Amino acid sequence: MSSGPIVVCEKVSRRFGGLVANDSIDMMVRRGEILGLIGPNGAGKSTLFNLIAGSFPPSSGKIMFDGRNITGLPAAKLCALGIARTYQVPRSFDSMSVIENVTVGAFVRYPRMLQAREKAMAVLDYVGLSNKADAAGSELTPPQKRRLEVARALATEPKLLLLDEVLTGLTPAEARAGVELIRKIRETGVTIVMVEHVMEVVMPLVDRAVVLHLGKVLAEGAPTAVVRDENVIAAYLGDRRRAA
Amino acid sequence: MSEIAVAAPNNSFVASRRRQLVIALIVFAAIALIPRAVSDVYTMNVLILTLLFAALSQSWNILGGYCGQVSLGHALYFGIGAYATSILFVKFGIVAWGGMLAGGVLSALVALALGYPCFRLKGHYFSIATIVIAEIGLLLVHNWDYGGAALGIQWPFNPDSWWTLQFARDKVPYFYFVLGLFAVTWLVTYAIVESRWGYWWRAVKDDPDAAESLGVTVFNSKMGAAAISAFFTAIGGGFYAAFVSYIDPESVMHFRFSLLMALPAVLGGVGSLWGPAVGALILIPMAELTRSYLGGTGSGLDLVIYGLLVMVVSLTQPEGIMGIFKRSAKKADAKVEA
Repeated sequence: MSSGPIVVCEKVSRRFGGLVANDSIDMMVRRGEILGLIGPNGAGKSTLFNLIAGSFPPSSGKIMFDGRNITGLPAAKLCALGIARTYQVPRSFDSMSVIENVTVGAFVRYPRMLQAREKAMAVLDYVGLSNKADAAGSELTPPQKRRLEVARALATEPKLLLLDEVLTGLTPAEARAGVELIRKIRETGVTIVMVEHVMEVVMPLVDRAVVLHLGKVLAEGAPTAVVRDENVIAAYLGDRRRAA
Repeated sequence: MSEIAVAAPNNSFVASRRRQLVIALIVFAAIALIPRAVSDVYTMNVLILTLLFAALSQSWNILGGYCGQVSLGHALYFGIGAYATSILFVKFGIVAWGGMLAGGVLSALVALALGYPCFRLKGHYFSIATIVIAEIGLLLVHNWDYGGAALGIQWPFNPDSWWTLQFARDKVPYFYFVLGLFAVTWLVTYAIVESRWGYWWRAVKDDPDAAESLGVTVFNSKMGAAAISAFFTAIGGGFYAAFVSYIDPESVMHFRFSLLMALPAVLGGVGSLWGPAVGALILIPMAELTRSYLGGTGSGLDLVIYGLLVMVVSLTQPEGIMGIFKRSAKKADAKVEA
C-alpha cells in the first residue's frame, strides 16, 4: 500500500450539462513525485484537479487515494485522509489573522488550541511568513496570499498537495522563490500535483507531466519528452496542416 | 531557536486571553454592584431588559456573528423557551428552572431540525427562510388552543421565591438572574471562540469552500452553532416569561424580538465578544425611553431609530462600535513598535 501510486484515476469522466470536461481519464500519480497537470485553456485540468480534491464528484469512474476508493467523498473527509489544496484565486479567511488562517488547517491534526497554534507557527516559519503572523489575511500582498494558502494546506499535514496555478502571475523573482519552496516541500516526502498552463515555469520543476486536451489525456511522460510531442505542440499552437 | 519562535507567540496569546477574562470578571462584578445604587423600579426594569438582550444578542452572535448565518427568526426560539417554561409551570407545576432547561433543549432540537434543510441555503436566502419559519411558528401558536391561542398564558401569583423565579415586589433578584445569564453566554462564547469550533465557524463565515478543503465539516459546524445559539435564546425566553408573568403570541414571538436580538450585535460589532453587550446598552434603554416618552402604542418609532443607527454604523463603521476600539488598539500597538 505504501509503495504503489498514491492516486489512481480510472475512466474518470465529468460532465457539466452537455459539456464533457473530463472524458474517461486514466492516469496516476506516483508517490513522492511532482506531477505537472498541463494543457491549454479549457483542457479540463481544473476539473480533474477539483475531482481529486473532492470539490465535486465525478459523473462516472473511480478515484483511488493511498489504496482506498475516495470517489465522491466530501472535501473535508479527503483533507482528513491527507489531501490538501490551494486555490487559483487565493481564498484567505479575510476576517482572521494570518496565524488564525493557518490554525484552521492545523486543527484537523491537532484538535487542541495551543498545539494547533504551535503547528501553525512552525508552518509559517517554514514558508517564510512568520513575521506576518498577526497581520489580517486581507492585508497580505498577492504573492504572500499564495504563501498563506500553501501554509494553510501544509498545516493539515497532507500526503498529497494539490497546487492550482500557484506560480501564475508572479514576477520572475517571486516565481523562483515559489519553485524553491515547492522543492523544499517535496523533500519532506509530500507528493505534489500542480496545475499550470505556463509551460516554461513548470517544466524544470516537475518530474513528470500529464497533458490534457479537450478533456482527454493527450500525452504523458518526462517534461522534456512531452514538449517535443507532436500532438502537444499541435494542441498548444494549433495544427499547421489544418490551419493551412 | 525555532522552539523559542514557536513558544513565544503562544505565551502572548495565553496572556491576552487571561487579560480578557480578568477584565470580564471585573465588569461582571461592577455590574453586580449597580442595584446598591439604583432603587428606582423603572430604571431597574430597563437595566434588566438591557442585560437580557445583551445575553440574547450574545447567543444570536454565536450563529449570526461568528458563524455568519444571519438569522432573523430567533423570536421562534425565544417563544419556544417562553412557552415551554410557562406551560410546564402553569399546567404541570414544574419550576421555571426546569422549564427553561427543557425549553432550551427543545429549542436546540428544533434548531437542528430546521437547520437540516435551511443550511443548504446561502446568504440572504437563509435569512429570508428564518423570517418565514418564525412567522409560521407565530401563526401556529396563535391557533394553538392548548397553549392559550391568542389569549396566551397567565402565570398564577405565588410568594416571592428563587425556586419559582417569581418576585412581585422586588425586581433585584431578576437583575442578578439576567446578569448571570449574560455572564454565562459571554463565558461560553469566550471559551468556544478560541477553540477549534470557533475557528471553524469563522472560516465557514469567510469562505465555506476553502474551509471545507481544510477539513472543516461546514454543515456540522453550522448545526452546532445553531443548537448552542437556540439553547441560550430559549433560556432567555423562559426567563422573560417568568419576569412578565403573562405571555401571548405577540408578546414573545413577534418579529420585533428577532430584530432586537440581531441589532445589538450588528450595532456593537458582529463576531466580537463585547459587541452585543455594547449594542444592547445603547439600543434597549433607547427603546424604553422612546416608548415611555413618545407614547406607548408600540408605533415602532424605536425601530425607525434602530434602522437609522444600523444604517449609519454599517456605512461608516462596518465592524460595529467594537471595530473602533480594535482599530485604535492596533494604532497604539504600531506606535509602541515604532
